[in-house]
Amino acid sequence: MSLYAEVVKITVGSSLGHVDLLQALAENITRMMEFDENTAHQIGISIRESVINAVCHGNKLDESKKVNVEFEIYADRLVISVDDEGEGFNPATIPDPLALENLMKPSGRGIFFVKSFMDEVDFLPSPAGGTRLRMLKKRIYSP
Amino acid sequence: MSIGTRTADSVTILDLSGKITLGESSVELRNRIRELVKSGHKNILLNLGSVSHMDSSGIGELVSAYTSVTNNGGQLKLLNLTKKLHELLAITKLLTVFECYENESQALQAFRR
Repeated sequence: MSLYAEVVKITVGSSLGHVDLLQALAENITRMMEFDENTAHQIGISIRESVINAVCHGNKLDESKKVNVEFEIYADRLVISVDDEGEGFNPATIPDPLALENLMKPSGRGIFFVKSFMDEVDFLPSPAGGTRLRMLKKRIYSP
Repeated sequence: MSIGTRTADSVTILDLSGKITLGESSVELRNRIRELVKSGHKNILLNLGSVSHMDSSGIGELVSAYTSVTNNGGQLKLLNLTKKLHELLAITKLLTVFECYENESQALQAFRR
């Protein structure tokens, strides 16, 4: 496992206007790391949904609160942390969007996409006082 | 996002292109479906072949559109799913809900059944 990381950090306000920017940044980083196009798209969706979650559910659209995003670029993996300044939440309370009673609901699939597309997903306490969504994608070497 | 509208047989075809994501594009699709349902259009085919990006909000709009149309006695089907969108619908099990077609004439035929 590679121990050395290039780190890219960005802090934005709680506005949905930043979501496209962060998704584009994530997709550029993944292309630079030579992830294949499908994986780059999956990582882009994951960061998009994570940031929307942080802005809407974590910071509750309070523009005085920030969202901190950190990309740790290792040779063999990409680790992304999305921190909000909200009150924290219990991820076990997120309804299963595949349950029959939820299948036709118009919302509730964002975090499901993150869990589906990333290799590891953890919800941790953020140093900023809210929630840190930490996700990892392994990079498969092709010789 | 842009929405082109045309009619074939008794089916209203919406040619969607660009992004269907959280924000204006999702609202635009919602309003267009609402107008069609209100004006009595029962059979709607969404052509998604030129949709470049979709997120969970966009998926939610497709679900809402389906519910709205079927609750009013109509049918909503999907045409030309991109590989990315197919993956999103597959993992959310919504491929079991939506009728999806790769060929417009086959889709139109399915409305006549």
